[in-house]
Amino acid sequence: MDFNSQNRREFLQLVGLGVGGVVFASGLGQLSGCATSRPKTQSEDDFYFLQLSDTHWGFKGPPNPEADVTLKNTVNLVNALDRQPEFIVFTGDLTHTTDDADLRRKRMGEFKQIVDGLNVKSLRFMAGEHDASLDAGKAYQEFFGELHYSFDHKGVHFVVIDNVSDPGASIGQGQLAWLRSDLQRLDSQQPIVVLTHRPLFGLYPQWDWSTQDGDAAIAVLQKYQNVTVFYGHIHQEHHFMTGQIAHHSARSLIFPLPPPGSQPKRAPVPWDPAHPSKGLGFRGIDAQGGRDYRLAEFSVGKE
Amino acid sequence: MALSWARSLIVLLLISVRVLAGSEASSAAGEQVIKVTAKKFEFSPSVIAVHLNAPVVLEFTSLDRLHGFAVPDLKLEAEIKAGETTRVRFVPDKLGTFPFHCNRFCGSGHEDMNGQIVVTN
Repeated sequence: MDFNSQNRREFLQLVGLGVGGVVFASGLGQLSGCATSRPKTQSEDDFYFLQLSDTHWGFKGPPNPEADVTLKNTVNLVNALDRQPEFIVFTGDLTHTTDDADLRRKRMGEFKQIVDGLNVKSLRFMAGEHDASLDAGKAYQEFFGELHYSFDHKGVHFVVIDNVSDPGASIGQGQLAWLRSDLQRLDSQQPIVVLTHRPLFGLYPQWDWSTQDGDAAIAVLQKYQNVTVFYGHIHQEHHFMTGQIAHHSARSLIFPLPPPGSQPKRAPVPWDPAHPSKGLGFRGIDAQGGRDYRLAEFSVGKE
Repeated sequence: MALSWARSLIVLLLISVRVLAGSEASSAAGEQVIKVTAKKFEFSPSVIAVHLNAPVVLEFTSLDRLHGFAVPDLKLEAEIKAGETTRVRFVPDKLGTFPFHCNRFCGSGHEDMNGQIVVTN
């Protein structure tokens, strides 16, 4: 299948054919006046969470001259949402990388201090290569804990997969064994959400948009009938199916990247002073009955 | 004046030949040997010209830290460790321009560390 032609319409068609459990509520525009569409009836198993990704705290450069305020503004916007999430996941690249180990820790401390301003206190973090590849995740673990872990929420099993602390983007045999073991006790119908940074499938290896041994993780996950993956890394929305597994990347909160293969190099989309927040955003995920996910894409300012 | 200009041209040509000899040669097996250096955040040369069906050896050295070399379209991949020579042998079997990149995260600028292999007749 041609990954580049996999647009939202095609994905919706996939959903319509019954191979996925996701309904989009994206393109809702500005955050102001944007409310996710609540289901008419909610069961006690329904829940709502946010995905924030690729905040790159510490980045400085022309792709986002406002990089020192984007994250802080996002915290304020999230706090102002009519519908507060039960928890928030950060799918990696919390900080922008640096060779200076002290500066890396300083950025992580600052990031943590900023997101501590969120009203929602249940936060789930994972690393991106900018956080963890240069020191195998040493500093990251000091601030945010384990690189891979799992947790349960209202009947859904969440798994965080680390595909970044190895600089070659491998999950590794040890973690794959842990993944098999973690899922082994689950029924094949158990709803599972995977949170990770890089795409597990080969979205566009020419730009390093892949995971070296992602196929092995997908092979483990294919044994389960209700798996959804949320990831970051590519700084844009993208939706794809591998078998019955749905993969959704989120927009970033620093600068957008071009669609895969749309230009010779993966250079950031140039900053537009007339539309400073163009391409930036975060995602609301309405988990209904633990099986259907309604996605709402939020902008963080004037697009 | 004309003589001076001619001497300068000869010197330049000699330097060019030496540079080429230093970066590209033929092995005993008749392979085209191309030396490539890797450092944050560039390959040199970043455009590598090879010929269809002519065996090639890319000899990589890193000038600073761990890097990688990946050409997904040609299914080539290697790890380039500092202080070692990494050799990648292949026979180009299709014409075209094929992007390559560093696939070992090496810092802020890693995303810009890339190049192209150009295969011609």
